[in-house]
Amino acid sequence: MSALEVLAASKIFNQGTTKQVDALVDVSLTVQPGEFVSLIGPSGCGKSTLLRLIANLLEPTTGSVSVNKKTAAQARLDQDYGMAFQQAGLFDWRTVSKNIELPLELKGWEKSRRETRAKEMLELVKLPEFADLYPWQLSGGMQQRIAIARALASHPPLLLMDEPFGALDEMTREYMQGELLRICGETSTTVVFVTHSIPEAVYLSNRVVVMSPRPGRITKVIEVGLGATRNEDTRAAEGFFKGITAVREALRGTHAEHAAANAVRGVEDR
Amino acid sequence: MLARRIAYRSSMFVVAIASVVALWELYKVVGPQDGGKLFGVSILPRANDTAMPHIWSMLSRYGRPEVRGSDTKIWSVVLSGAFFSLRLSLVGFFLGTTIGVGLAVLMSRFRVVQRGLLPYLVMSQTVPLIALAPLVVSWGGKLEIGSFVWPRWLSASILGTFLAFFPIAVGTLRGLASAPAAALELMESYAASWKQTLFKLKFPAAVPYMVPALKLGASGSVIGVVVAEISTGLKGGIGRLIIEYAREATGDPAKVFTAVFGAAALGITMSGLVALSDVVLMRNRPKESST
Repeated sequence: MSALEVLAASKIFNQGTTKQVDALVDVSLTVQPGEFVSLIGPSGCGKSTLLRLIANLLEPTTGSVSVNKKTAAQARLDQDYGMAFQQAGLFDWRTVSKNIELPLELKGWEKSRRETRAKEMLELVKLPEFADLYPWQLSGGMQQRIAIARALASHPPLLLMDEPFGALDEMTREYMQGELLRICGETSTTVVFVTHSIPEAVYLSNRVVVMSPRPGRITKVIEVGLGATRNEDTRAAEGFFKGITAVREALRGTHAEHAAANAVRGVEDR
Repeated sequence: MLARRIAYRSSMFVVAIASVVALWELYKVVGPQDGGKLFGVSILPRANDTAMPHIWSMLSRYGRPEVRGSDTKIWSVVLSGAFFSLRLSLVGFFLGTTIGVGLAVLMSRFRVVQRGLLPYLVMSQTVPLIALAPLVVSWGGKLEIGSFVWPRWLSASILGTFLAFFPIAVGTLRGLASAPAAALELMESYAASWKQTLFKLKFPAAVPYMVPALKLGASGSVIGVVVAEISTGLKGGIGRLIIEYAREATGDPAKVFTAVFGAAALGITMSGLVALSDVVLMRNRPKESST
Protein backbone atom coordinates (compact mmCIF):
# COMPACT_ATOMS: atom_id res chain seq x y z
CA MET A 1 0.00 0.00 0.00
CA SER A 2 1.41 3.36 -0.94
CA ALA A 3 1.06 6.51 1.13
CA LEU A 4 0.88 8.65 -1.94
CA GLU A 5 0.51 8.04 -5.64
CA VAL A 6 0.82 10.58 -8.45
CA LEU A 7 -0.13 9.10 -11.82
CA ALA A 8 0.82 10.81 -15.08
CA ALA A 9 -0.12 14.19 -13.64
CA SER A 10 0.22 17.39 -15.67
CA LYS A 11 -0.48 20.98 -14.71
CA ILE A 12 -0.81 23.59 -17.40
CA PHE A 13 -1.59 27.17 -16.42
CA ASN A 14 -3.46 29.51 -18.79
CA GLN A 15 -4.08 26.68 -21.22
CA GLY A 16 -4.64 27.76 -24.80
CA THR A 17 -3.56 31.35 -24.27
CA THR A 18 -0.30 33.04 -25.20
CA LYS A 19 0.65 32.94 -21.52
CA GLN A 20 0.45 29.13 -21.36
CA VAL A 21 2.91 27.61 -18.88
CA ASP A 22 3.58 23.88 -18.76
CA ALA A 23 4.35 23.74 -15.04
CA LEU A 24 4.30 19.93 -14.86
CA VAL A 25 4.16 17.36 -17.63
CA ASP A 26 3.44 13.67 -17.15
CA VAL A 27 4.76 13.28 -13.62
CA SER A 28 4.43 9.95 -11.80
CA LEU A 29 5.61 9.34 -8.25
CA THR A 30 4.82 6.70 -5.65
CA VAL A 31 5.79 7.17 -2.01
CA GLN A 32 5.72 4.33 0.53
CA PRO A 33 4.50 4.81 4.10
CA GLY A 34 7.24 6.13 6.37
CA GLU A 35 9.38 7.20 3.43
CA PHE A 36 11.12 10.58 3.26
CA VAL A 37 11.18 11.97 -0.29
CA SER A 38 12.73 15.28 -1.34
CA LEU A 39 11.91 17.23 -4.47
CA ILE A 40 14.83 19.25 -5.79
CA GLY A 41 15.41 21.27 -8.92
CA PRO A 42 15.93 24.78 -10.26
CA SER A 43 13.28 27.49 -9.96
CA GLY A 44 10.35 26.86 -12.23
CA CYS A 45 10.79 23.08 -12.33
CA GLY A 46 7.35 22.62 -10.79
CA LYS A 47 8.35 21.15 -7.44
CA SER A 48 6.07 23.49 -5.50
CA THR A 49 3.34 22.89 -8.07
CA LEU A 50 3.68 19.13 -7.53
CA LEU A 51 3.43 19.63 -3.77
CA ARG A 52 0.27 21.72 -4.24
CA LEU A 53 -1.25 19.04 -6.47
CA ILE A 54 -0.67 16.50 -3.70
CA ALA A 55 -2.19 18.92 -1.18
CA ASN A 56 -5.19 19.49 -3.48
CA LEU A 57 -4.54 23.23 -3.40
CA LEU A 58 -4.32 22.87 -7.20
CA GLU A 59 -6.15 20.44 -9.48
CA PRO A 60 -4.09 18.50 -12.03
CA THR A 61 -4.93 19.32 -15.66
CA THR A 62 -4.60 15.63 -16.51
CA GLY A 63 -3.66 12.56 -14.50
CA SER A 64 -4.55 11.75 -10.93
CA VAL A 65 -3.31 12.11 -7.37
CA SER A 66 -4.26 9.80 -4.54
CA VAL A 67 -3.29 10.13 -0.90
CA ASN A 68 -3.90 7.28 1.51
CA LYS A 69 -5.92 5.44 -1.20
CA LYS A 70 -8.29 8.41 -1.40
CA THR A 71 -8.62 11.19 -3.96
CA ALA A 72 -6.51 14.23 -3.06
CA ALA A 73 -9.71 16.23 -2.49
CA GLN A 74 -11.08 13.73 0.01
CA ALA A 75 -7.70 13.52 1.73
CA ARG A 76 -7.71 17.29 2.18
CA LEU A 77 -11.24 17.23 3.64
CA ASP A 78 -10.17 14.46 6.03
CA GLN A 79 -6.95 16.34 6.90
CA ASP A 80 -4.85 13.34 5.96
CA TYR A 81 -1.82 15.55 5.58
CA GLY A 82 -0.19 18.44 7.41
CA MET A 83 1.60 21.26 5.66
CA ALA A 84 4.52 23.57 6.49
CA PHE A 85 5.81 26.46 4.40
CA GLN A 86 8.98 28.54 4.19
CA GLN A 87 7.37 31.18 6.39
CA ALA A 88 6.23 29.58 9.62
CA GLY A 89 2.93 31.43 9.09
CA LEU A 90 1.88 31.36 12.72
CA PHE A 91 -0.97 33.65 13.70
CA ASP A 92 0.35 36.64 15.68
CA TRP A 93 -2.81 36.92 17.77
CA ARG A 94 -2.72 33.36 19.05
CA THR A 95 -0.42 31.95 21.69
CA VAL A 96 1.96 29.18 20.65
CA SER A 97 -0.39 26.63 22.15
CA LYS A 98 -3.47 28.08 20.42
CA ASN A 99 -1.59 28.08 17.10
CA ILE A 100 -0.99 24.35 17.41
CA GLU A 101 -4.65 23.87 18.29
CA LEU A 102 -5.86 25.66 15.15
CA PRO A 103 -6.29 22.59 12.88
CA LEU A 104 -7.96 20.72 15.74
CA GLU A 105 -10.34 23.62 16.36
CA LEU A 106 -11.31 23.59 12.68
CA LYS A 107 -11.97 19.86 12.98
CA GLY A 108 -14.28 20.51 15.92
CA TRP A 109 -12.29 18.90 18.70
CA GLU A 110 -13.36 19.87 22.19
CA LYS A 111 -11.21 22.14 24.29
CA SER A 112 -9.69 19.72 26.81
CA ARG A 113 -8.71 17.25 24.09
CA ARG A 114 -7.13 20.06 22.05
CA GLU A 115 -5.12 21.31 25.01
CA THR A 116 -3.82 17.84 25.82
CA ARG A 117 -2.74 17.31 22.23
CA ALA A 118 -1.09 20.75 22.02
CA LYS A 119 0.89 19.91 25.14
CA GLU A 120 2.00 16.60 23.64
CA MET A 121 3.08 18.32 20.43
CA LEU A 122 5.07 20.93 22.38
CA GLU A 123 6.86 18.09 24.17
CA LEU A 124 7.56 16.49 20.81
CA VAL A 125 9.23 19.63 19.41
CA LYS A 126 10.92 20.23 22.80
CA LEU A 127 9.36 23.64 23.48
CA PRO A 128 6.94 22.89 26.34
CA GLU A 129 7.81 26.04 28.30
CA PHE A 130 6.73 28.33 25.45
CA ALA A 131 3.05 27.36 25.37
CA ASP A 132 1.71 30.73 26.51
CA LEU A 133 4.07 32.99 24.61
CA TYR A 134 3.18 34.65 21.31
CA PRO A 135 4.93 33.59 18.08
CA TRP A 136 6.65 36.95 17.59
CA GLN A 137 8.43 36.44 20.91
CA LEU A 138 10.22 33.35 19.50
CA SER A 139 13.22 32.95 17.19
CA GLY A 140 12.79 31.85 13.57
CA GLY A 141 13.88 28.29 14.29
CA MET A 142 11.47 27.99 17.22
CA GLN A 143 8.63 29.36 15.08
CA GLN A 144 9.34 26.76 12.44
CA ARG A 145 9.27 24.00 15.08
CA ILE A 146 5.88 25.29 16.23
CA ALA A 147 4.72 25.23 12.60
CA ILE A 148 5.79 21.59 12.36
CA ALA A 149 3.97 20.83 15.61
CA ARG A 150 0.86 22.48 14.15
CA ALA A 151 1.18 20.48 10.92
CA LEU A 152 1.41 17.23 12.87
CA ALA A 153 -1.17 18.10 15.55
CA SER A 154 -3.95 15.94 14.12
CA HIS A 155 -1.47 13.07 13.60
CA PRO A 156 -1.74 13.05 9.80
CA PRO A 157 0.09 10.17 8.09
CA LEU A 158 1.64 12.55 5.56
CA LEU A 159 3.63 15.77 6.00
CA LEU A 160 4.11 18.15 3.05
CA MET A 161 6.87 20.73 3.42
CA ASP A 162 7.73 23.57 1.05
CA GLU A 163 11.28 24.78 1.79
CA PRO A 164 10.50 24.96 5.51
CA PHE A 165 14.09 25.74 6.52
CA GLY A 166 14.85 28.10 3.63
CA ALA A 167 14.76 31.21 5.81
CA LEU A 168 16.92 29.83 8.64
CA ASP A 169 20.64 30.27 9.22
CA GLU A 170 22.95 27.33 8.53
CA MET A 171 23.44 26.21 12.15
CA THR A 172 19.73 26.33 12.98
CA ARG A 173 19.01 24.63 9.70
CA GLU A 174 21.19 21.60 10.45
CA TYR A 175 19.72 21.35 13.93
CA MET A 176 16.20 21.49 12.48
CA GLN A 177 17.01 18.75 9.98
CA GLY A 178 18.03 16.46 12.83
CA GLU A 179 14.90 17.39 14.78
CA LEU A 180 12.66 16.77 11.78
CA LEU A 181 14.09 13.28 11.29
CA ARG A 182 13.64 12.50 14.97
CA ILE A 183 10.04 13.78 15.02
CA CYS A 184 9.07 11.94 11.85
CA GLY A 185 10.75 8.81 13.13
CA GLU A 186 8.83 8.97 16.41
CA THR A 187 5.52 9.59 14.68
CA SER A 188 6.27 7.37 11.62
CA THR A 189 5.14 10.16 9.31
CA THR A 190 5.65 10.05 5.56
CA VAL A 191 7.27 13.24 4.26
CA VAL A 192 7.41 14.99 0.91
CA PHE A 193 9.95 17.81 1.21
CA VAL A 194 10.67 20.57 -1.31
CA THR A 195 14.14 22.11 -1.06
CA HIS A 196 16.81 24.08 -2.91
CA SER A 197 19.67 22.61 -0.95
CA ILE A 198 21.49 19.46 -2.15
CA PRO A 199 23.03 18.48 1.24
CA GLU A 200 19.69 19.00 2.94
CA ALA A 201 17.92 16.74 0.46
CA VAL A 202 20.56 14.01 0.78
CA TYR A 203 20.79 14.18 4.57
CA LEU A 204 17.03 13.89 5.07
CA SER A 205 15.80 11.62 2.32
CA ASN A 206 15.39 8.00 1.40
CA ARG A 207 14.94 9.17 -2.16
CA VAL A 208 15.74 12.46 -3.88
CA VAL A 209 13.55 13.35 -6.86
CA VAL A 210 15.44 15.59 -9.30
CA MET A 211 13.27 17.81 -11.47
CA SER A 212 13.92 20.09 -14.43
CA PRO A 213 12.04 23.06 -15.86
CA ARG A 214 10.34 24.00 -19.15
CA PRO A 215 8.36 21.83 -19.03
CA GLY A 216 8.50 20.77 -15.38
CA ARG A 217 9.18 17.06 -15.09
CA ILE A 218 11.05 14.41 -13.11
CA THR A 219 14.46 13.66 -14.67
CA LYS A 220 15.92 11.29 -12.12
CA VAL A 221 15.13 9.58 -8.83
CA ILE A 222 18.18 8.94 -6.66
CA GLU A 223 18.18 6.38 -3.83
CA VAL A 224 20.22 7.66 -0.92
CA GLY A 225 22.08 4.74 0.71
CA LEU A 226 22.52 6.21 4.17
CA GLY A 227 20.42 3.78 6.17
CA ALA A 228 17.71 4.55 8.70
CA THR A 229 19.66 6.24 11.49
CA ARG A 230 21.26 9.56 10.69
CA ASN A 231 23.16 11.81 13.04
CA GLU A 232 25.89 14.45 12.90
CA ASP A 233 28.40 11.77 11.82
CA THR A 234 26.29 11.18 8.73
CA ARG A 235 27.42 14.56 7.42
CA ALA A 236 30.99 13.25 7.27
CA ALA A 237 30.10 9.80 5.92
CA GLU A 238 31.17 8.64 2.49
CA GLY A 239 27.63 7.79 1.48
CA PHE A 240 26.62 11.40 2.20
CA PHE A 241 29.18 12.79 -0.25
CA LYS A 242 28.33 10.12 -2.81
CA GLY A 243 24.68 11.14 -2.56
CA ILE A 244 25.55 14.82 -2.94
CA THR A 245 27.66 14.08 -6.03
CA ALA A 246 24.92 11.97 -7.56
CA VAL A 247 22.27 14.67 -7.03
CA ARG A 248 24.63 17.37 -8.29
CA GLU A 249 25.36 15.43 -11.45
CA ALA A 250 21.69 14.82 -12.05
CA LEU A 251 21.07 18.55 -11.65
CA ARG A 252 24.00 19.29 -14.00
CA GLY A 253 22.26 17.12 -16.55
CA THR A 254 19.27 19.38 -16.38
CA HIS A 255 21.67 22.31 -16.39
CA ALA A 256 23.37 21.16 -19.62
CA GLU A 257 20.01 20.87 -21.33
CA HIS A 258 19.01 24.33 -20.29
CA ALA A 259 22.36 26.07 -20.12
CA ALA A 260 21.21 28.77 -22.48
CA ALA A 261 18.08 29.29 -20.44
CA ASN A 262 20.10 29.77 -17.26
CA ALA A 263 18.18 27.03 -15.59
CA VAL A 264 20.11 26.30 -12.41
CA ARG A 265 19.43 29.74 -11.05
CA GLY A 266 17.92 29.13 -7.68
CA VAL A 267 19.71 25.90 -6.79
CA GLU A 268 22.10 26.52 -3.96
CA ASP A 269 25.02 24.29 -3.28
CA ARG A 270 24.95 24.37 0.47
CA MET B 1 5.18 49.75 30.14
CA LEU B 2 1.54 50.61 29.60
CA ALA B 3 1.49 53.01 32.55
CA ARG B 4 4.51 54.82 31.14
CA ARG B 5 2.90 55.13 27.74
CA ILE B 6 -0.27 56.53 29.25
CA ALA B 7 1.73 58.99 31.39
CA TYR B 8 3.68 60.10 28.32
CA ARG B 9 0.57 60.55 26.21
CA SER B 10 -1.30 62.52 28.86
CA SER B 11 1.69 64.81 29.48
CA MET B 12 1.90 65.45 25.72
CA PHE B 13 -1.81 66.27 25.76
CA VAL B 14 -1.30 68.84 28.53
CA VAL B 15 1.65 70.37 26.66
CA ALA B 16 -0.44 70.63 23.47
CA ILE B 17 -3.31 72.36 25.28
CA ALA B 18 -0.90 74.74 27.06
CA SER B 19 0.71 75.71 23.73
CA VAL B 20 -2.66 76.54 22.17
CA VAL B 21 -3.59 78.66 25.20
CA ALA B 22 -0.23 80.43 25.05
CA LEU B 23 -0.56 81.14 21.32
CA TRP B 24 -4.10 82.48 21.78
CA GLU B 25 -3.08 84.86 24.54
CA LEU B 26 0.10 85.89 22.69
CA TYR B 27 -1.93 86.87 19.64
CA LYS B 28 -4.24 88.92 21.83
CA VAL B 29 -1.20 90.89 22.96
CA VAL B 30 0.52 91.43 19.60
CA GLY B 31 -2.43 91.14 17.15
CA PRO B 32 -4.29 94.18 15.76
CA GLN B 33 -7.37 95.04 17.83
CA ASP B 34 -9.60 95.56 14.80
CA GLY B 35 -8.11 93.00 12.48
CA GLY B 36 -5.50 93.64 9.89
CA LYS B 37 -4.71 93.42 6.23
CA LEU B 38 -1.91 91.32 4.86
CA PHE B 39 -0.98 92.20 1.27
CA GLY B 40 -4.32 93.99 0.90
CA VAL B 41 -6.45 91.06 2.09
CA SER B 42 -8.07 91.27 5.48
CA ILE B 43 -6.77 88.08 6.91
CA LEU B 44 -5.64 88.81 10.46
CA PRO B 45 -8.43 88.15 13.00
CA ARG B 46 -9.46 90.86 15.43
CA ALA B 47 -7.69 90.50 18.73
CA ASN B 48 -10.26 92.40 20.78
CA ASP B 49 -12.20 90.80 23.63
CA THR B 50 -15.41 90.42 21.60
CA ALA B 51 -13.83 88.30 18.87
CA MET B 52 -11.22 86.61 21.02
CA PRO B 53 -12.15 86.52 24.70
CA HIS B 54 -9.45 85.69 27.21
CA ILE B 55 -9.09 82.01 28.08
CA TRP B 56 -9.88 82.78 31.72
CA SER B 57 -13.09 84.57 30.84
CA MET B 58 -14.21 81.52 28.87
CA LEU B 59 -13.43 79.26 31.80
CA SER B 60 -15.06 81.52 34.38
CA ARG B 61 -18.16 81.71 32.19
CA TYR B 62 -18.79 78.03 33.07
CA GLY B 63 -19.45 79.02 36.69
CA ARG B 64 -22.04 81.70 35.87
CA PRO B 65 -25.75 81.18 35.07
CA GLU B 66 -26.80 80.37 31.50
CA VAL B 67 -29.16 83.36 31.30
CA ARG B 68 -29.30 86.31 33.66
CA GLY B 69 -31.34 85.57 36.76
CA SER B 70 -31.44 81.83 36.18
CA ASP B 71 -30.29 79.28 38.75
CA THR B 72 -28.77 76.83 36.30
CA LYS B 73 -25.05 77.32 35.85
CA ILE B 74 -23.80 77.08 32.29
CA TRP B 75 -21.49 74.13 32.96
CA SER B 76 -24.42 71.89 33.76
CA VAL B 77 -26.24 73.00 30.59
CA VAL B 78 -23.19 72.32 28.43
CA LEU B 79 -22.56 69.02 30.17
CA SER B 80 -26.09 67.74 29.67
CA GLY B 81 -26.02 68.96 26.05
CA ALA B 82 -22.78 67.11 25.41
CA PHE B 83 -24.20 64.00 27.08
CA PHE B 84 -27.34 64.19 24.93
CA SER B 85 -25.21 64.40 21.78
CA LEU B 86 -22.93 61.64 23.05
CA ARG B 87 -25.84 59.24 23.23
CA LEU B 88 -26.92 60.13 19.68
CA SER B 89 -23.32 59.74 18.48
CA LEU B 90 -23.04 56.34 20.13
CA VAL B 91 -26.20 55.17 18.37
CA GLY B 92 -24.86 56.54 15.08
CA PHE B 93 -21.46 55.00 15.62
CA PHE B 94 -22.95 51.62 16.52
CA LEU B 95 -25.16 51.60 13.42
CA GLY B 96 -22.26 52.85 11.29
CA THR B 97 -19.98 50.09 12.56
CA THR B 98 -22.60 47.43 11.91
CA ILE B 99 -23.29 48.68 8.39
CA GLY B 100 -19.63 49.40 7.60
CA VAL B 101 -18.35 46.00 8.76
CA GLY B 102 -21.29 44.25 7.09
CA LEU B 103 -20.60 45.98 3.76
CA ALA B 104 -16.88 45.18 4.04
CA VAL B 105 -17.58 41.48 4.61
CA LEU B 106 -20.01 41.45 1.68
CA MET B 107 -17.51 43.24 -0.57
CA SER B 108 -14.64 40.96 0.39
CA ARG B 109 -16.81 37.89 -0.19
CA PHE B 110 -18.08 38.90 -3.63
CA ARG B 111 -15.79 40.83 -5.96
CA VAL B 112 -18.82 41.78 -8.05
CA VAL B 113 -20.35 43.57 -5.07
CA GLN B 114 -17.07 45.36 -4.39
CA ARG B 115 -16.81 46.58 -7.98
CA GLY B 116 -20.42 47.62 -8.13
CA LEU B 117 -20.78 49.14 -4.69
CA LEU B 118 -17.50 50.87 -3.88
CA PRO B 119 -17.89 53.76 -6.37
CA TYR B 120 -21.35 54.52 -4.95
CA LEU B 121 -19.98 54.49 -1.41
CA VAL B 122 -17.30 56.98 -2.42
CA MET B 123 -19.92 59.11 -4.17
CA SER B 124 -22.21 59.02 -1.13
CA GLN B 125 -19.56 60.86 0.86
CA THR B 126 -19.60 63.79 -1.55
CA VAL B 127 -23.24 64.60 -0.75
CA PRO B 128 -23.27 67.64 1.55
CA LEU B 129 -24.55 66.74 4.99
CA ILE B 130 -26.53 69.99 5.25
CA ALA B 131 -28.52 69.00 2.17
CA LEU B 132 -29.12 65.51 3.43
CA ALA B 133 -30.29 66.38 6.95
CA PRO B 134 -33.78 67.73 6.10
CA LEU B 135 -34.32 64.82 3.70
CA VAL B 136 -33.61 62.24 6.38
CA VAL B 137 -35.95 64.03 8.77
CA SER B 138 -38.81 64.07 6.25
CA TRP B 139 -38.22 60.43 5.18
CA GLY B 140 -38.13 59.37 8.81
CA GLY B 141 -41.36 61.20 9.49
CA LYS B 142 -43.10 59.32 6.70
CA LEU B 143 -41.82 55.96 7.89
CA GLU B 144 -44.41 53.69 9.48
CA ILE B 145 -43.46 50.23 10.63
CA GLY B 146 -46.20 48.85 12.83
CA SER B 147 -46.28 50.87 16.03
CA PHE B 148 -42.75 52.17 15.51
CA VAL B 149 -42.66 55.95 15.42
CA TRP B 150 -39.52 57.60 14.10
CA PRO B 151 -38.16 59.80 16.91
CA ARG B 152 -36.68 63.15 15.85
CA TRP B 153 -33.32 62.39 17.44
CA LEU B 154 -32.92 59.27 15.30
CA SER B 155 -32.48 61.44 12.21
CA ALA B 156 -29.43 63.05 13.82
CA SER B 157 -28.02 59.64 14.68
CA ILE B 158 -28.58 58.46 11.11
CA LEU B 159 -26.50 61.36 9.82
CA GLY B 160 -23.79 60.31 12.27
CA THR B 161 -24.06 56.82 10.81
CA PHE B 162 -23.76 58.28 7.33
CA LEU B 163 -20.36 59.79 8.14
CA ALA B 164 -19.19 56.86 10.29
CA PHE B 165 -19.88 53.88 8.05
CA PHE B 166 -17.65 54.91 5.14
CA PRO B 167 -14.19 54.91 6.76
CA ILE B 168 -15.16 51.78 8.70
CA ALA B 169 -16.24 49.96 5.53
CA VAL B 170 -13.10 50.94 3.60
CA GLY B 171 -10.72 50.23 6.50
CA THR B 172 -12.29 46.87 7.28
CA LEU B 173 -12.25 45.90 3.61
CA ARG B 174 -8.52 46.61 3.42
CA GLY B 175 -7.98 44.76 6.68
CA LEU B 176 -9.87 41.66 5.53
CA ALA B 177 -7.73 41.61 2.38
CA SER B 178 -4.54 41.90 4.43
CA ALA B 179 -4.43 38.23 5.48
CA PRO B 180 -1.26 36.82 3.87
CA ALA B 181 -1.64 34.42 0.93
CA ALA B 182 0.29 31.72 2.80
CA ALA B 183 -2.16 31.90 5.72
CA LEU B 184 -5.11 31.61 3.33
CA GLU B 185 -3.46 28.59 1.69
CA LEU B 186 -2.96 27.07 5.12
CA MET B 187 -6.66 27.49 5.94
CA GLU B 188 -7.50 25.95 2.56
CA SER B 189 -5.24 22.98 3.31
CA TYR B 190 -7.28 22.47 6.50
CA ALA B 191 -10.44 22.49 4.36
CA ALA B 192 -11.66 25.40 6.53
CA SER B 193 -15.06 26.84 5.63
CA TRP B 194 -15.51 30.43 4.50
CA LYS B 195 -16.93 31.35 7.89
CA GLN B 196 -14.05 29.70 9.78
CA THR B 197 -11.53 31.55 7.62
CA LEU B 198 -13.39 34.83 8.21
CA PHE B 199 -13.49 34.57 11.99
CA LYS B 200 -10.25 32.75 12.71
CA LEU B 201 -8.02 34.48 10.16
CA LYS B 202 -9.46 37.45 8.29
CA PHE B 203 -11.02 39.40 11.16
CA PRO B 204 -8.04 39.01 13.53
CA ALA B 205 -5.75 40.03 10.67
CA ALA B 206 -7.99 43.06 10.01
CA VAL B 207 -7.85 44.48 13.55
CA PRO B 208 -4.78 46.72 12.96
CA TYR B 209 -6.63 48.26 10.00
CA MET B 210 -9.99 48.48 11.72
CA VAL B 211 -8.87 50.41 14.80
CA PRO B 212 -7.84 53.61 12.94
CA ALA B 213 -10.94 53.26 10.77
CA LEU B 214 -13.12 53.07 13.88
CA LYS B 215 -11.42 56.20 15.25
CA LEU B 216 -12.32 58.07 12.06
CA GLY B 217 -15.82 56.64 12.27
CA ALA B 218 -16.21 57.78 15.88
CA SER B 219 -15.26 61.38 15.13
CA GLY B 220 -17.38 61.23 11.96
CA SER B 221 -20.45 60.23 13.94
CA VAL B 222 -19.92 63.22 16.30
CA ILE B 223 -19.64 65.65 13.39
CA GLY B 224 -22.70 64.13 11.74
CA VAL B 225 -24.78 64.46 14.89
CA VAL B 226 -23.67 68.04 15.68
CA VAL B 227 -24.29 69.23 12.12
CA ALA B 228 -27.65 67.44 12.05
CA GLU B 229 -28.70 69.12 15.31
CA ILE B 230 -27.87 72.51 13.83
CA SER B 231 -29.53 71.98 10.46
CA THR B 232 -32.65 70.20 11.70
CA GLY B 233 -33.03 72.37 14.79
CA LEU B 234 -33.09 69.43 17.19
CA LYS B 235 -33.12 70.69 20.78
CA GLY B 236 -31.11 69.39 23.70
CA GLY B 237 -27.74 68.70 22.10
CA ILE B 238 -24.42 70.49 21.97
CA GLY B 239 -24.88 71.48 18.30
CA ARG B 240 -28.00 73.40 19.16
CA LEU B 241 -26.21 75.13 22.07
CA ILE B 242 -23.41 76.27 19.76
CA ILE B 243 -25.86 77.89 17.35
CA GLU B 244 -27.89 79.50 20.18
CA TYR B 245 -24.86 80.87 22.03
CA ALA B 246 -23.26 82.12 18.83
CA ARG B 247 -26.20 84.51 18.41
CA GLU B 248 -25.25 86.12 21.72
CA ALA B 249 -21.62 86.54 20.67
CA THR B 250 -21.68 90.34 20.72
CA GLY B 251 -23.03 90.68 24.24
CA ASP B 252 -21.52 87.55 25.78
CA PRO B 253 -18.55 86.50 23.64
CA ALA B 254 -17.22 83.86 26.03
CA LYS B 255 -20.50 81.96 26.07
CA VAL B 256 -20.22 80.26 22.66
CA PHE B 257 -16.78 78.97 23.53
CA THR B 258 -18.17 77.01 26.48
CA ALA B 259 -20.31 75.04 24.02
CA VAL B 260 -17.47 74.66 21.49
CA PHE B 261 -15.28 73.13 24.18
CA GLY B 262 -18.17 70.86 25.09
CA ALA B 263 -18.27 69.59 21.49
CA ALA B 264 -14.51 69.05 21.54
CA ALA B 265 -14.79 67.10 24.80
CA LEU B 266 -17.51 65.00 23.17
CA GLY B 267 -15.23 64.15 20.24
CA ILE B 268 -12.35 63.29 22.57
CA THR B 269 -14.62 61.05 24.64
CA MET B 270 -15.74 59.15 21.54
CA SER B 271 -12.26 58.57 20.16
CA GLY B 272 -11.08 57.78 23.69
CA LEU B 273 -13.58 54.92 23.80
CA VAL B 274 -12.13 53.55 20.56
CA ALA B 275 -8.54 54.07 21.76
CA LEU B 276 -9.42 52.01 24.82
CA SER B 277 -10.58 49.15 22.59
CA ASP B 278 -7.32 49.54 20.67
CA VAL B 279 -5.29 48.99 23.86
CA VAL B 280 -7.35 45.92 24.73
CA LEU B 281 -7.39 44.35 21.26
CA MET B 282 -3.74 44.97 20.41
CA ARG B 283 -2.21 44.07 23.78
CA ASN B 284 -0.75 40.78 22.54
CA ARG B 285 0.36 41.89 19.10
CA PRO B 286 3.91 42.61 17.97
CA LYS B 287 4.74 46.24 18.71
CA GLU B 288 5.42 47.25 15.09
CA SER B 289 1.77 46.94 14.11
CA SER B 290 0.30 48.71 17.14
CA THR B 291 0.92 52.19 15.77
